[in-house]
Amino acid sequence: MVDIVTSHHSPVTSKKEVKISIRNLNIWYQDMQVIKNVNLDVEKNKVTAIIGPSGCGKSTLIKSINRMLDMIPEAEVGGTILLDGQNIYDMDETFLRKRIGMVFQMPNPFPKSIFENIAYGLKIHKMFKSKQDLYFKVEKALKQAALWDEVKDKLDKFALDLSGGQQQRLCIARCIALEPEVVLFDEPCSALDPVATVKIEELIEDLKKNYTIVIVTHNMQQAARISDYTAFLYLGNLVEFGPTQKIFTTPQNKMTEHYLTGKFG
Amino acid sequence: MKRTQKENLIKGFFCLPASLSIFFLLGIVIVLFKEGLPIFKVTSLKEFLFGKFWYPTYEPPEFGILPLILGSFLVTFGALVISVPLGVAGAIYISEVASPKIKESIKPVIELLAGIPSVVYGFFGMVIVAPQVAKIFDLAVGLNAFTASLILGIMAIPTITSISEDAISAVPKKFKEASYALGANKWETILRVILPAAGGGITTAVILGMARVYGETMTVLMVAGGAAVIPRSFFEPVRTMTATIAAEMGEAVAGSTHFYALFAIAIVLFVITLSFNILADILSQRFRKRLG
Ligand SMILES: Nc1ncnc2c1ncn2[C@@H]1O[C@H](COP(=O)(O)OP(=O)(O)OP(=O)(O)O)[C@@H](O)[C@H]1O
Ligand SMILES: [Mg+2]
Repeated sequence: MVDIVTSHHSPVTSKKEVKISIRNLNIWYQDMQVIKNVNLDVEKNKVTAIIGPSGCGKSTLIKSINRMLDMIPEAEVGGTILLDGQNIYDMDETFLRKRIGMVFQMPNPFPKSIFENIAYGLKIHKMFKSKQDLYFKVEKALKQAALWDEVKDKLDKFALDLSGGQQQRLCIARCIALEPEVVLFDEPCSALDPVATVKIEELIEDLKKNYTIVIVTHNMQQAARISDYTAFLYLGNLVEFGPTQKIFTTPQNKMTEHYLTGKFG
Repeated sequence: MKRTQKENLIKGFFCLPASLSIFFLLGIVIVLFKEGLPIFKVTSLKEFLFGKFWYPTYEPPEFGILPLILGSFLVTFGALVISVPLGVAGAIYISEVASPKIKESIKPVIELLAGIPSVVYGFFGMVIVAPQVAKIFDLAVGLNAFTASLILGIMAIPTITSISEDAISAVPKKFKEASYALGANKWETILRVILPAAGGGITTAVILGMARVYGETMTVLMVAGGAAVIPRSFFEPVRTMTATIAAEMGEAVAGSTHFYALFAIAIVLFVITLSFNILADILSQRFRKRLG
């Protein structure tokens, strides 16, 4: 077992529970290195935001956490990522992805009914005892994702006919139906209008009671509003990491300050 | 010449081939009906479609094409039983399993397979497959519905594989990604997400494969055995509608009832093929709509 040492970025002195520990992470696409020796601890039941200009490696970093990078043959990963102290490469990746859910930038419900979208993962992981139990779990997930009232009368309707915001909440419901421990969001609101965005943000606030959340966002206000910790990534380097308040009010690094004040990015 | 005149001329030039094909289609339909309908002066539509005996040259002749319709359907069904699973499995292999290198070498082979003339398939069936079928199933001759289904099934595989492969490859990557992110493995993703999403396209592939088998003439003429009798099993010789027309047109005197009857068979063939095509069209359109 690895004794998890809080990194020098560590913002809190009191005991904090580390859910995910990223150590010396390096990621290459063929010859291009896009993540450079990143060390980062994600605290349990908190929201950690990853911000940074386009192309700095935010999606790559977040995809490494649930091993979605395995799907990209040209991607190569060095370093270690621990989930509750256990190396994610020592786990079965399907089980890892059940424990670490992911919500993508573009809503991507399956071309199936609303019900079947949620039931999909439950069936894959055999997480229900009976038909009623399945129905109950689908309902619960939709309620948690604040979508139930809008869809309860049309569970058998085609999911792609929902609005973009509803589709994204459906994807969140589909993800949390599996009772993951961590939920990764990769710019979940960038394809949505402001009203739908507010709904998703409220939802994330709500979810953090039960889940550890990592969210990539382009939107600095969003990071400030919903996150407890913020990591600023620039050209693959983790420039600064700390409590969101501290990062936004007294950034230690000049580059962070420039980025936050809109001087580049 | 004025500009608009010039444009019209150019338009006309490109319009010509399109209108020509419509013209030919209409011509064929008119000839079919003109030469086929007179048979119904000597027999009723019901007797024609459901009559059990095809004795066109007897005195008096009988023009029941039920054995031929059943022959066509039996062979088509048998061929689909073979070609649909293999064709779709091939498509899955090419689009989801094979490495890019294998994929690049398999695709031309399949196209080549589709380009082999049917007489070659027929010859292969007659000389190689039929004797083996006779041996394995202990039959006097191996020319029967089973052998025909086998050969036609192989012939339909390229059609089904290549169209299904297009449909599977057209499934947006984001669905696959979503499935993996939920912890599904490759096979769960293929069976529960990709195949259903490609379902419309695969259905189209199956229908077009079916149309290919059903309209095939030379091969069935050579390997199906040729008996115009209602088949009782796959191991009896059968005669399809297409094979009947091909085999008898040469000897039928123009303007005779036999001649008209053959044209009437062609009408039946045409109507059924047309419905296959319309069905394929409707299904693929619905599929496109569903994926947005
Ligand atoms: N599959 C890939 N193959 C090669 N290069 C890639 C691949 N995916 C991403 N890249 C490159 O890696 C770098 C980081 O990409 P990444 O998607 O992680 O950035 P990002 O911070 O998420 O950007 P954005 O804010 O635009 O989403 C970019 O330069 C990108 O072009
Ligand atoms: Mg990104």
